[in-house]
Amino acid sequence: MSIPNIPHFLVHSPKDNVGVVVVEDLKAGTTMSGVITETDTPITAKANHDIPVGHKVALTDMKKGDTIIKYGEDIGKVVADFKKGDHVHVHNHKTKRW
Amino acid sequence: MASKPAKKSSTAARHDNLSFHGWRRENKRVGVRNHVVILPLDDLSNAVCEAVANNIKGTLAIPHAYGRLQFGKDLDLHFRTLIGTGSNPNVAAVVVVGIEDGWTKRVVDGIAKTGKPVVGFGIEGHGDIATIAKASYKAKEFVQWASELKREECGIADLWVSTKCGESDTTTGLSSCPTVGNMYDKLIPKGITGVFGETSEITGAEHICRERAINKAVADKWYKMWKAYQEDVIEAHKDGDLSESQPTKGNIAGGLSSIEEKALGNLEKIGRQCRYIDALDAAEAPAKGAGLYYMDTSSAAAECVTLMAAGGWVVHTFPTGQGNVIGNPIVPVIKISGNPKTLRTMGEHIDVDVTGILRRDQTLDTAGDALIEMIIRTCNGRLTAAEALGHREFSMTKLYRSA
Repeated sequence: MSIPNIPHFLVHSPKDNVGVVVVEDLKAGTTMSGVITETDTPITAKANHDIPVGHKVALTDMKKGDTIIKYGEDIGKVVADFKKGDHVHVHNHKTKRW
Repeated sequence: MASKPAKKSSTAARHDNLSFHGWRRENKRVGVRNHVVILPLDDLSNAVCEAVANNIKGTLAIPHAYGRLQFGKDLDLHFRTLIGTGSNPNVAAVVVVGIEDGWTKRVVDGIAKTGKPVVGFGIEGHGDIATIAKASYKAKEFVQWASELKREECGIADLWVSTKCGESDTTTGLSSCPTVGNMYDKLIPKGITGVFGETSEITGAEHICRERAINKAVADKWYKMWKAYQEDVIEAHKDGDLSESQPTKGNIAGGLSSIEEKALGNLEKIGRQCRYIDALDAAEAPAKGAGLYYMDTSSAAAECVTLMAAGGWVVHTFPTGQGNVIGNPIVPVIKISGNPKTLRTMGEHIDVDVTGILRRDQTLDTAGDALIEMIIRTCNGRLTAAEALGHREFSMTKLYRSA
């Protein structure tokens, strides 16, 4: 397999509404290329924030109370609204368990 | 080896004739290290053990914190861990030292069932200096004997490979954990014995883990274990939410923001096809033959690896994202990471670099093969990063306060 460009972010499943930034020093405003690994399909998004490597980026606008999906599974709820391209982390995402 | 044109159908055949060179012990189990261990029964005996290991080169003392006034299931686990550690096939022979003779003998008798050389010394009535002298003579005899034992070629089915990840982040779920899963999917069908655990870290993916049991009886046994940990440990002792302990601060720095996200990445370690055939108690040796097992452990790295080593596993695969540096005194711990920042800032701790998965220039299939190659090289004697850096974390799991 050869993809010439290194992706900025990866998404596990087509059902996911967040992706993972896999490059260091990603700056706000970058038009990011990504790949949905399960289906090997390309996807793009524009980063609204500087997002550290390993941190999540929103693939869609979401409202407080919505469910965040990753690996095709429920990984918790939105606790503060965010837009597509925003940094998704502990400030706007929390488990539903506690 | 036969070459096949089709790329996918050759995957299984590639791993048909894997072998490694290990030490076949008296009980037929195969070890990949040849340690002579100086094993304290209790905290009070650490000083003697360390003095003996200093006197006799090539021996290894394993100091630890507990062993006095324990009782009930906590004491059972203490003995099971010590006896299991001494019985591990990576250990050629053992000198046990305890403050008194009775419990020392219990550990000696447990290890002696393997048929390997083992002897015990009690300190009371003799003092440290005389005990160090007596134990040193015996340790010298054992280490010289062990130094002449030869490795022999063993089939891959003789190998027991454990796994547990640590300082995980989102890159572990994308790269290093599924690399371990790919290895298990390839080698479990070839007859290796595997184990995964971390009961509290399955929380969030328990519905998936439950379905990966071989049958309903094992699934029910596993679920009971998970629920007990959740109720007796987590719910009973939490003081607020666990949002900074689970996920940990390191996990959060790495981008994980919920226990569910962490658990789903964690479970990538058991691949796509494997099913676990039993759910073991902590430090319990498996009894259902080759295959994948679950072990009821905490998610603290050193505690978990210590328990798996006591269960008899001889090589450990450890995916890490943010850079956990753990090792174990008797079991080589192979670190796998796909986090480019970790490779850049602390690459000396990593044995298998799978950053290519994130760049999309390495497939999971080739990463799994790279891990298998590193497992074989490690078994054949290559020191892991943790071994070379002197990491020997040995941490007993304690169930409750001593009397």
